[in-house]
Amino acid sequence: MNYVPHTAGDRQKMLASIGKQEVSELFDSIPPGARLTRALNLPEQLSEYEVALHLEELASKNMVPSRLSFLGAGAYRHFVPAVVDTIIQRSEFMTAYTPYQPEVSQGTLQSIFEFQTMMCNLTGMDVCNASVYDGGCAAVDAVFMALSISGRHKVVVSEGLHPQTRELLRTYIDTHAGELIEAPLQDGRTVWPELNDEVACTLFQTPNFLGVIEDGAALCARTKEAGAIPVVSVGDPCSLAVLKRPGDFGGEIVVGDAQPIGLPLSYGGPYAGFVACKKQHMRRIPGRLCGMTVDSQGRRGFCLTLQAREQHIRRDKAFSNICTNQGLCALAVTVYLALLGPQGLKEVADASANLAHYFKKQVASLDGYKLVLNQPFFHEVLVECPGSAEALLKTLEGRGIVGGYLVEKDYPQYKNCLLFCFTEANGKAAVDELVNALQHAHRPLEGATRS
Amino acid sequence: MSLTAEPTLFEKTSPGRRGVIPPQENTGLNWRDEVAAELVSEKPPELPELSELEVMRHFVRLSQLNYGIDTTMYPLGSCTMKYNPRINEVTARLPGFARLHPMQSEDTAQGALEMMYHLQNHLAEITGMDGITLQPAAGAQGELTALLMVAAYYRKRGEDQRKVVVVPDSSHGTNPASAALAGFDVVTVPSNANGDVDLEALKPHLNEKLACLMLTNPSTLGLFENGIQTIAKGVHEAGGLLYYDGANMNALLGNARPGDMGFDLVHLNLHKTFSTPHGGGGPGAGPVGARGELVKYLPAPVVDRVDGKFRFFKPENSIGRIRTFWGNFLVLVRAYTYIRYHGPQGLKEVGEGAVLAANYLLSRLKGHYEVAYDRTCMHEFVLTARTSKKEKNVKAMDIAKRLLDYGYYAPTVYFPLIVEEALMIEPTETESLETLNRFADTMLKIAEEDPDLVRSAPHSTPVSRLDEVRAARKPVLRWEEGLS
Ligand SMILES: Cc1ncc(COP(=O)(O)O)c(C=O)c1O
Repeated sequence: MNYVPHTAGDRQKMLASIGKQEVSELFDSIPPGARLTRALNLPEQLSEYEVALHLEELASKNMVPSRLSFLGAGAYRHFVPAVVDTIIQRSEFMTAYTPYQPEVSQGTLQSIFEFQTMMCNLTGMDVCNASVYDGGCAAVDAVFMALSISGRHKVVVSEGLHPQTRELLRTYIDTHAGELIEAPLQDGRTVWPELNDEVACTLFQTPNFLGVIEDGAALCARTKEAGAIPVVSVGDPCSLAVLKRPGDFGGEIVVGDAQPIGLPLSYGGPYAGFVACKKQHMRRIPGRLCGMTVDSQGRRGFCLTLQAREQHIRRDKAFSNICTNQGLCALAVTVYLALLGPQGLKEVADASANLAHYFKKQVASLDGYKLVLNQPFFHEVLVECPGSAEALLKTLEGRGIVGGYLVEKDYPQYKNCLLFCFTEANGKAAVDELVNALQHAHRPLEGATRS
Repeated sequence: MSLTAEPTLFEKTSPGRRGVIPPQENTGLNWRDEVAAELVSEKPPELPELSELEVMRHFVRLSQLNYGIDTTMYPLGSCTMKYNPRINEVTARLPGFARLHPMQSEDTAQGALEMMYHLQNHLAEITGMDGITLQPAAGAQGELTALLMVAAYYRKRGEDQRKVVVVPDSSHGTNPASAALAGFDVVTVPSNANGDVDLEALKPHLNEKLACLMLTNPSTLGLFENGIQTIAKGVHEAGGLLYYDGANMNALLGNARPGDMGFDLVHLNLHKTFSTPHGGGGPGAGPVGARGELVKYLPAPVVDRVDGKFRFFKPENSIGRIRTFWGNFLVLVRAYTYIRYHGPQGLKEVGEGAVLAANYLLSRLKGHYEVAYDRTCMHEFVLTARTSKKEKNVKAMDIAKRLLDYGYYAPTVYFPLIVEEALMIEPTETESLETLNRFADTMLKIAEEDPDLVRSAPHSTPVSRLDEVRAARKPVLRWEEGLS
C-alpha cells in the first residue's frame, strides 16, 4: 500500500502533459550503474490492520508497569493531562512546518512565545529558545556559548551532571578546542576546584544526578569570582516550582530537558531540550527565537527573530547548525504548564518530594539498607543495598517492579547502590509495595556472590 | 475559521483559577522540614491560571491560525510535506512504547530494541549502507555526527591534515554550519549552468587536504547530479569521503541508492521521506548510515542481535555518544510503521509518484513562470521571479505571500541561494491530480494579477506582513506586564 492518489488515468494525463510515455523515463538522468534494478530487500507490505497488530506485538514485549516504576535518572514519569495529547494531535499544529510564513503560522508562533515566557519564569532567565534536541545537547550548546562569549577554554563540570551529558561533552568538546575538567562530588554535592581566569564556565546540575539539591548560590558565586559564567542544568524542571530558581541564585545560562513537564517517557525521545539565559548573552543563544511585533496594519503578531545567528543565514559562521528542533514537544510542555498552573505544578513537585522523603524514612529502617548521602534531596534517593544491587533489580523485575538505577556503572565509588525516584504518578501504596519487596528481596540473596 | 487574534495565556489569567489537579497523596510529612530554607522557594511559580476549557479553547483557536498539511497543500521545497499517516500516531502511542523508560534494562525493552534493529537494517537496505545509527534527532545532527566520524576516521589513519569539507553553493545552510561546527574548513564550489557541481571548479580541491564532499542528490535544485559517478571517483582517488545529505531521498526510494552511487556516509530525514510529522518545527530524526570501515566509527550505541537477544553495543572506534538516551524513539516507531506498511513496492511507488507530480506541475507552470534550470526534475523544481521582479517589481516573496491568500502554504523562497528570486516547489506524491491542477491554476492566475495586489499580499490571513525589522531591533521574546 501507499498514500499515492494517482490513478492509472491520472498518470497517463500527467505523463502526456510532461511529454513522456513512462514514469521510468523521468529517472533517465540517473546513470545506469547507480540505478537499482532489483526490488528493495524489505519485508512485504502489510495492511494498516496488520501493521497495527505487528507493532502491538513488539510493544507488548516491553515491560511498562503503571505505578511500580522507580526509575528516574534523567527521565521522569509525571501525570500528563489528556488535553496535552489532544492539542498536539491537532492537525494544524502537528502537520505544520517551521513557521517560515508567519502570516499563516501565528498559532505555532504564539505558542512558542508562550513557551519562552513560561520557561523564563520558571528558570528566572530573560530569554529562552524555542527548544533544542534534548537536555544533554542543551548543555553542550551552553558550554559552546560560554566558550565563545568568554574567549577562555576551560570548562569545569560537576560529577553530579547526568553521566550521559558528560559523555556528550567529551564527544563534542574538541571541536571547540575546549578542555573539560571534572569536579568530583563530595558526599553527593559539588565542590569546585581552584577556578582561575582560564575557566570559561562551570556547569552543575540541580537537583543533581544523585538527587541532591546543590548549594547553587555558593557554586555560582565562586564561579563569578573567577570571572566565569555559571551554567545551571535543571534536574527535573517541576522542581523549579518549589526550589530557588537558577536566576535567583546567580545562574546566567540555564539548560535542561522539559520532558518531565508534559511529555511521556517515550524510551528516551522525542523530548524538549531548552537553553535559557540572561539578557547579556541573548545574541549568542542557539536555536529559534520567536518575538512579538506588529503587522503592516499595526496589529500584534509574532515572528521568528534574531535569525542572523542561524545556519540558513550565516552558513559556516552560524553559532549552531540546528534547523529542525523539538517544536511539538515544546508545545506539549506549554499546554501542560497552562493546565497545571502555579498551584498544580507546586503540588506535583511537593507530592514527588514527599513520597521520596517518605520512602527514605521507610528504607532507613529496613535491615541491611543504608542511605548513602547525608544531603538535602528532591525526589531521588540513593540507597546502598545488602548484596548485589544488580541481582536485587532482577528480583524486583520478577515482581513487576522496575527498581532504581544502578549507579555503579557511572559512579564506581557507589557499589551496589540504587537510585530510586518518586513522583506523584507512583502514589503511596506503590512505595509501600516497593519497601515491602525490598525487605523480602534481600533475604534469599544473602550470601549470593557479588556481581 | 476564526481569524481574530487570540490573547496570550498571560492576559487571560485569573488568580486562584485551577485547570487540571494532579494526584495528591498524604504521606503525613512535609519534605520542606528536611531541607534548608534558603534552597526552597516560598513563592509559587509565575504561571497563568486558567480552567481546562479555557486552555483547550486557547490552543484550539491558536491552531486555527495555522496552515498544515491536513488543511492545505504545502508545496514547501526541500521539506517533503507529504501526508502524515495516522496509523503512525496510533503505533507511536502504544503504551509499550510511549511509557517505556529509557534507563530500563535491555531485557525489559526487547520489543523496542527489536524494532530499532529492524529499522536499522531497513534503512541500510534503502540507502545501500552497511550500518546505521538511529540516534541523531534531526538532519543537522546527522550531518554533525557523520562529520565527527570523518574526523575520527582520518585521525585514526594519521591523516589529520584532511581539514577541508567541500560543499556546493546550492547546499543547505546546515551543511556548511555542521562542517564548521565539527572543526573543518569549509570550501564552497560553484554550480555550472546546468545546475550540477562544476567539475572544473571542484578539481583543485581533490587533494590531500580533502576530508569530505557533502552533496545533496537530487540537489536542492531538484536535479539529479549528472556527474555523480565522476565526482565519486575523483573524491575517492583523492582519498576523500563522499557524504549524502538525504533530505531529498524521497525522489529516489526504490529506484536508486546513495551507496550504489559511491556515497560513504548518508543521513536521512525521517520527518521528510518517512512521513513523520514536522510538528511546527520538530521533532524529527536524522539517522546516519555508513559504509565499510566507517561503520566502526558510528556513535554509541547501536543495536545488535546476540544469541537471539537484542543488545546495545558500542562500535569499535565509536565517536561516542551524540545525544542522551537512544534517539527520538517515537519518531523511529512512526518511520518503521511507514516502511512496514509500504513494503518494497509501495516505497518505489512513493518515489515515482513524487517525481511524476513534480514534473507534471512543472509542465503546467512552464511558459508562465521562468524555470531556473529547464531539465526533467526529480521531486521538486525551482522557479525564478527575477524577470517578474525586474519588469513588474513582483518578487518571489510576493508570489509566495499571495498563495497564502488562496489558502496554500508557500513554496520555499530565496533558497537555494544561487537562484535569484527562487521559488522552490515540492508537491510530494500524496497530492492528487485535482489538487495539483488547482494549485497550478492559482499560480497562473497570480502571474496575471495586478502587481499592487500581489505586492501587498497576503490580504486574507489572520495577520498581514509582519514588521520583522522591529522584532529584531527591539526584541520582545517573552510576555511581561505592560505589553499590549
Ligand atoms: C537539503 C537539506 N539538508 C539538511 C536539512 C536539515 O535537516 P533538519 O532540519 O532535519 O536538521 C534540510 C532541512 O530543512 C534540508 O532541506
